[in-house]
Amino acid sequence: MTVHIPSALRSYTKQKGEIEAEGQTLAEVMSALDRRYPGLCFRIITEQDTIRRHIRIFVNEEQARDLSVALQPEDQIHIICALSGG
Amino acid sequence: MLTSRKATSPQSATSSVALLIGTRKGAFILRSDRSHRTWKLTAPMFLGHIVHHLMLDPRDRRTMLMAASTGHLGPTIFRSTDLGKTWKETNTPPAFPKVPEGQKGRVVDHVFWLTPGHPSEPGLWYAGTSPQGLFRSNDGGVTWKPFSYINDDPQYREWMGTVQDGTPDGPKLHSILIDPRDPRHLYFAMSGGGVHESVDGGRTWTPIVQGLEVVEGFNTDNITFHDPHCVRLCPTNPDRLYQQNHCGIYRRDRSEGRWIRIGKSMPNKVGDIGFPMVLHPRDPDTVWVFPMDGSTVWPRVSPGGKPAAYITRNAGKTWTRQDKGFPRANAWWTVKRQAMTADAHEPVGLYLGTTSGEVWASRTGGTSWTCMARHLPEIYSVEAAGL
Repeated sequence: MTVHIPSALRSYTKQKGEIEAEGQTLAEVMSALDRRYPGLCFRIITEQDTIRRHIRIFVNEEQARDLSVALQPEDQIHIICALSGG
Repeated sequence: MLTSRKATSPQSATSSVALLIGTRKGAFILRSDRSHRTWKLTAPMFLGHIVHHLMLDPRDRRTMLMAASTGHLGPTIFRSTDLGKTWKETNTPPAFPKVPEGQKGRVVDHVFWLTPGHPSEPGLWYAGTSPQGLFRSNDGGVTWKPFSYINDDPQYREWMGTVQDGTPDGPKLHSILIDPRDPRHLYFAMSGGGVHESVDGGRTWTPIVQGLEVVEGFNTDNITFHDPHCVRLCPTNPDRLYQQNHCGIYRRDRSEGRWIRIGKSMPNKVGDIGFPMVLHPRDPDTVWVFPMDGSTVWPRVSPGGKPAAYITRNAGKTWTRQDKGFPRANAWWTVKRQAMTADAHEPVGLYLGTTSGEVWASRTGGTSWTCMARHLPEIYSVEAAGL
């Protein structure tokens, strides 16, 4: 599946905007991303494994509320920095 | 082991100073020449990041840690080992333990405070977070773990309160202090949640609030209600603490075991509310504060729009206004708790950063002030590093 990386996180991905990743769930994909790009995951997922307040993750245009969402190999995952003011 | 006391000798008058500036939109370094007459501002580092604190390790004078987050992204710490030329992110930022499924665990919103460890413990750092948490690194800031028991202790959690019980952008653990005579003698403070002391390296802590007032006539025995804004330890008399509190300015001598309100001798129209507290590097009787308007809805600006520092040279018996060079009127800014500091020179150099993005300096211990930089983002912290 393809993970679309926002500009705020591309310092972790060597400026790549799209990353191919594998996993059965969103949690597995996030773990895989963090293994390849250490530190990335904690900027968007808290230590309690919740999505941070001003981050949104969409799977095929459906907003994921938590990391238990099941994934298919052809899924498109978008990480979005939501409006946070100031 | 509280035996020896070593006076800090003045730094060479010909050494340069670097001001490490944390702002709401990135970090900057303002560096002086050897005469301190000309200053050069760097380009912003981590532009767009909220930088609460930027510290140089005084033990190696090369390592710098930066507490950073953004409006969107979670908190982290960046680390430089070449005086800020290059940076790497910490491997494991401060984070609370994950709780079992079904329980509500705490989440670090931002790292607020950084303190390098005792000179005998190279590589050791402490960090305070919002919401309140105490963390430690043993490897120069590469990895961080919760320190001591307080983060999960039921009594401390009660004193910390909820995220609604603290300052407007979250309750904070700050003022992590280390006795220069003994690395096991520690203090920290919480807004809100009081001031705490350990004499056994953090194994046990004791609240030290006797003598402090709390707002609106609440019970002073309840640690939750105590709101220290900034606590400092005298380098040449480590048994003396000074504190700028939500309810006034205080001094505490360990032999007396209680806080004495020394702000009552401030002028009535100015009051003794504020955030920063700056100590003289060699004279335990000399300290500076920067009062703000804490009346009615707490405007958090200079009283009357007329900024001024106040100095006492007799441990708080009397105070003298120091406003030469500052705007005479219509200056509606103030100085946050980490944004005023002193260097180790003689006479002492003082530096402060304002909520309106200006950096002011005094080369004469506060008797006159000069604006050295304007138009920066809102300044959260200023630290003076001797180079």
